[in-house]
Amino acid sequence: MGNLFKIAIRNLLRYKRRTLLTASLITVGVVFVLAFVSVAGTFKNMMIGQVTDSMIGHLQVHRKGFVASIETLPLNMNLKGGAIGKLEKILDAQPEIESYSPRIKLGGMFSNFTETSSIRITAIDPAREFKTVPLLPGRVMEGSKELKPGSILIPELLARGMKVKPGDAVVVVATNAEGSVNGKQFVVSGVMESATGPGGRDGYIHLDDARELLRLEDKQVSEYAIRLKDFGELAAFSKKIDGLLAKELNPQGKPIFEVHNWEKLSPFFNIARMIDLMTFFIKLMLIAIVLISIMNVMIMAVYERIREIGTIAAIGTLPGKILSMFVIEGFCMGVVGALIGDLVGIGIVWILNLFKISYNFGMQKGLVLQAGVSAADILMISATVIIVSVIASLQPAFKASRMEPIQALRHT
Amino acid sequence: MALISAKQITKEYQVGEVAVQALRGVSFEIEPASFVSFVGPSGSGKTTLLNLIGCLDKPTAGTLTVDGTDVASLERKASAAFRGKTIGFIFQDFNLLPVLTVYENIEYPLLMVQKVSPRERQERVTALLADVGMADQRDKRPDQISGGQKQRVAVARALVTSPKLVLADEPTANLDHDTAYMVINLMKKMRDEFKTTFIFSTHDQKIVGEAEIIFTLEDGKLNGEKNKGGNGHGQSL
Repeated sequence: MGNLFKIAIRNLLRYKRRTLLTASLITVGVVFVLAFVSVAGTFKNMMIGQVTDSMIGHLQVHRKGFVASIETLPLNMNLKGGAIGKLEKILDAQPEIESYSPRIKLGGMFSNFTETSSIRITAIDPAREFKTVPLLPGRVMEGSKELKPGSILIPELLARGMKVKPGDAVVVVATNAEGSVNGKQFVVSGVMESATGPGGRDGYIHLDDARELLRLEDKQVSEYAIRLKDFGELAAFSKKIDGLLAKELNPQGKPIFEVHNWEKLSPFFNIARMIDLMTFFIKLMLIAIVLISIMNVMIMAVYERIREIGTIAAIGTLPGKILSMFVIEGFCMGVVGALIGDLVGIGIVWILNLFKISYNFGMQKGLVLQAGVSAADILMISATVIIVSVIASLQPAFKASRMEPIQALRHT
Repeated sequence: MALISAKQITKEYQVGEVAVQALRGVSFEIEPASFVSFVGPSGSGKTTLLNLIGCLDKPTAGTLTVDGTDVASLERKASAAFRGKTIGFIFQDFNLLPVLTVYENIEYPLLMVQKVSPRERQERVTALLADVGMADQRDKRPDQISGGQKQRVAVARALVTSPKLVLADEPTANLDHDTAYMVINLMKKMRDEFKTTFIFSTHDQKIVGEAEIIFTLEDGKLNGEKNKGGNGHGQSL
């Protein structure tokens, strides 16, 4: 095998310019793919992190039917006493869960005593919430990141529109499940940066305040946000918890709970899918570049060396060895193109990071791109290039191996 | 027992819609360790006959056995294996591999065709390099040596596998007169040393005189055989 490689490499070096051109073409393709994968992938992962770690959590559990009518924030769809107990018992038993946080979602009127506006509120247990969505405190632009009973974190747009600042007194009025209206005075503890996605423009109050505002006598929860120890386990865990909760039925024999992971709750998932689709097509283009360039150069190599093929076939070289000789040439070009492409690609990603490119995503301004490419991506792209190089060499190599020596020797 | 036995060999080619008979009922036998030449004008069928003996082509009719094997019955892969084991080739245009050195060109059949240990390879190649007088050129590439030197390398390459038969189609056609003689004498010397049968085709009358057995071909027919004596012998039937 070593000798086949030696002959293949020498044949490649025999046509230096052509080999260099083909390898360069592959290199450029690999560099583009790596640069795209690193930028798009990093952007995607960063946004998924923002969506899950500052608002939604990795997945959520609701009472069956809540998500379908989430726009109206129906209080009559809250989970109550027995169901909460069952759910928390199941969640506590799952080793994959890092933390979970109960929430009450409600709509109300927000007043600064001179103006009134509508507001969507998420009531939380701050300690559990900040553990489940750890980037949430980071969204507080002004004031305190703490949320004590009697205080409210309000969204930036509302604060700006109603000229409210931390320390101001405000009133929130809400209607409870029975239809009675109640109001409660809060002190604005902080102003929150808006975020793209559901809950991105919500205000936050303490769970105890929500119970008081809504005059809830028993414990109620609209949703549980869950954070996993390993985000990579999300799909498997969703399936597992879905299966466990499906067994919990109400007196009518219907499921009590429903599970949604972030993909089903955030519109950003469609953008993430689009990024994946674009990445796929970019990779497809790389495959086309490698396939066409290697096949072209190998067809030429076979054509130029017909007499040599005739000679080695005449002196007894078996067809399989002749095939290997040409396939190895394609393989070597693929390896060289992929390796140089990997090195240049990593260099470009490093340079991109030096420039600290910033971008906006929805309401979030000035996010700094931290491009990065994983070893798995590099390996996958390199393997694709090498495999495609071998496949592209097969047809010309097969043709060479099937040549009749007598005809090949006559070739001029 | 004859090394080569041909009985009523015919070879027909289809050129467009016309069938061309390159060989018409050729029969002969060649004994081991012979130094044989096929002579005749262009188009007489010399190359066709060498191609058939060399298992590069198959006869249209008749039987041809080489070293006891009916070469017409060999499949593609078996034919290649048979060539690699039994036959050495010397080509008119030398046909050395340009990416390999002189040493590597001679070593090639031992590496790629036969599985020979590195030590034995080195011994055989080094000995043959000395035999053909190319030991001092071993690391040169084919484009760095003369035509005569290339053909000496080709002779060594043909002999390195210790074949029973070496076929040379017009081996001196691209060489000047002195070099041609030198190559023929080298082939004869190798025949004496290794007891290998050499068969070469030529239309150079002066070179023909160096052969011990001469078969004359005309219009695809064997027109005569001249045996000048020597180690081996042939016989037209």
